[in-house]
Amino acid sequence: MNSVLKIIAQRLALGLLTLFIVSIVIFAAVNLLPGDFAEAILGQGATPEAVAAIRTDLGLDQHPVLRYFQWLGGVLQGDLGNSFAQANFASFVGDDSGVRTTVAQQIAPRFANTMFLAGVTAAIAVPFAVTLGILAALYRNSVFDRAANITTLSSISSPEFFLAYVLILFLAVLNPWLPSLSNIYDGMAFSERLEKTLLPALTLTLVVTAHMMRMTRAAIINLLASPYIEMARLKGIKPMRVIVKHALPNALAPIINVIALNLAYLITGVVVVEVVFVYPGIGQLFVDSVKIRDIPVVQACCLIFAAAYILLNLTADILSIVSNPRLRHPK
Amino acid sequence: MSGIMTFIIALIVIAFAGWVFRFVGQKATNNAPTFRDMPFAVAFGYALGVAALIWAVWTYVQAQFILPEAEANKYFFFVVAIHGLLLAGAAAYVFRLLGRIVGTAGSRKLFRQMPLTAAFGVLVILVYAFMAIFAGALAPHGQEEVFAQANVVPGGNPALGGNPDFPLGTDQIGRDILSRLIYGARNTVGIAFVTTLIAFVVGGGLGFLAATLRGWVDQVLSRAVDVLMAIPALIFALLLITVAKAWVDGTGLTIAMILIMALIDSTRVFRLARAVGMNIVVMDYIEAAKLRGEKLSYIVFREILPNATAPLLAEFGLRFCFVFLTISSLSFLGVGIQPPLADWGTMVKDMSSFINYAAFAPQVSAAPLLAAGAIALLTVAVNFVVDWMLHRSSGLKD
Repeated sequence: MNSVLKIIAQRLALGLLTLFIVSIVIFAAVNLLPGDFAEAILGQGATPEAVAAIRTDLGLDQHPVLRYFQWLGGVLQGDLGNSFAQANFASFVGDDSGVRTTVAQQIAPRFANTMFLAGVTAAIAVPFAVTLGILAALYRNSVFDRAANITTLSSISSPEFFLAYVLILFLAVLNPWLPSLSNIYDGMAFSERLEKTLLPALTLTLVVTAHMMRMTRAAIINLLASPYIEMARLKGIKPMRVIVKHALPNALAPIINVIALNLAYLITGVVVVEVVFVYPGIGQLFVDSVKIRDIPVVQACCLIFAAAYILLNLTADILSIVSNPRLRHPK
Repeated sequence: MSGIMTFIIALIVIAFAGWVFRFVGQKATNNAPTFRDMPFAVAFGYALGVAALIWAVWTYVQAQFILPEAEANKYFFFVVAIHGLLLAGAAAYVFRLLGRIVGTAGSRKLFRQMPLTAAFGVLVILVYAFMAIFAGALAPHGQEEVFAQANVVPGGNPALGGNPDFPLGTDQIGRDILSRLIYGARNTVGIAFVTTLIAFVVGGGLGFLAATLRGWVDQVLSRAVDVLMAIPALIFALLLITVAKAWVDGTGLTIAMILIMALIDSTRVFRLARAVGMNIVVMDYIEAAKLRGEKLSYIVFREILPNATAPLLAEFGLRFCFVFLTISSLSFLGVGIQPPLADWGTMVKDMSSFINYAAFAPQVSAAPLLAAGAIALLTVAVNFVVDWMLHRSSGLKD
């Protein structure tokens, strides 16, 4: 057990180190390149005095390394800085009311919305994909298996927005069963919220199910040639029981791994899907901020996405270590 | 409520039909093993498949021949999808048949082993390549030509608001959709291809270099790639494009996007090239070349590269799909390929609101789906071909 703890501790440390370096990369990409974002805020007709005032106000005149650690310190305390777009321009002409929208205030509710969407998607996609994978492995090379293979291959290859519009077309426009716009607000009833989230969640489900299902099928089929499965079959156990009781537990490591990796993939998918459905999540905020070059928000969103991605990859790594009996019980 | 009741009743009927099917099968074949050992789930699956088939045929016949046009509009896309599916299957079949008759002995053998999906993939890739190369000659109008008639309905039927000059209609500012789709093949596919090519030159070169030199070069490059790969590709691309936007605009931004995507994708190529290169570097003939006193460039380009072509080519197909989808997503989000270039992702974004008219005028809402479908079709085709190639090379039979 000791060696497992040691490996996990190593992975955790490595993950934290990666996160730290990634934060440096994100900060450097935005700040160390030439060009000045004070001028970007004010546009072309900026007077030198106004630019200087903004630079001082945003702390852009300090050394980049110092700024990085100030930013990092703020991030660790939950302070992500002030949004450029929502900065109170009154402050730059001397009439400062002192009220600013911070990036954290902007992100917090949207972060919760995105987590809700990801949660609903995972709750639908994971059981669905694993069941489909088991069925495909059970009836391998049948019509069902081939149809599932072609359908999943097509849904992996389609861009997210194509799937989203096809679903909108059939489930929202031609058959008005689900709302095509996800206007979610605070204090909404859970059932209503779920109904509005369902279509984006279904789109994301289509995107991630394919990989998980194919991996589940491959992992189980891989094991079916092993002697102990042969033995179970010769004992006369029903095929379904052979797979669920004997093959599945040993195939769990790759399946868990691919589930975690696909949840990490959700992070990328969420951006496009939120834009299609106008879902007020962090992905939409990210794209909007990219378009208007709201640097602090872009930086913060990027950091959150990268952190979630690293965290899920780390989880996949650790879970596959924990689910491997050879590592758990070393000789 | 009645919808749910219908659904439940249909399920019960199908379950019963499955049971009857198995029972009759057992009696009729005198307990043949197929029916005797059939679990109920399988019988249910057959019944479900038959029910779905009957439903599809019934809906198709109704929409095509029985219902009046206003009600049949609801099934317009269903009918189009069935036509498309049948057409695609027939085209792939004929193409495979042709490949089995015409050509050299090697290519005929290849076509004989080819499943229908792979034949379809090859056919689609050929058509796209043809469209991309001869876009200028094929397109009836220029990609940026703006006509006076905006929002012409696809179909070319004047009674429905179409125009024979614009078979697929015009978009919201009056550009011919068919021409833009054809030019999109050149722009979108071409840009994705160039990006993948740059990524392979950079990533492959550095990967082989790391594999040959080892030591600190390998360490530095590998760790840098580790860090860059820790950020999701689309997110990192969006971040870098935000930065690039401070200096460039329009076509400049398109070029910046190509370079950014090439940089991000080269990290993935680097990993593979390094791993493949590592296996080749330990071979005896590399040792011999080193002892002969060959230069580094000779070892990388004349010894390692020829032996690494096969795995790199298979990877090229998959990388191309990935880059193509990411660039389309970026364009859809409005930060990828910039006007004046016609591009499928941007077309989907511009025309996406047409979808809402599907219930009354299905032809109108077909336009954005055509562009999105063009993207999906190519990636599906490439994936079918790569899937078949992997299946062939791994020798998997199960």
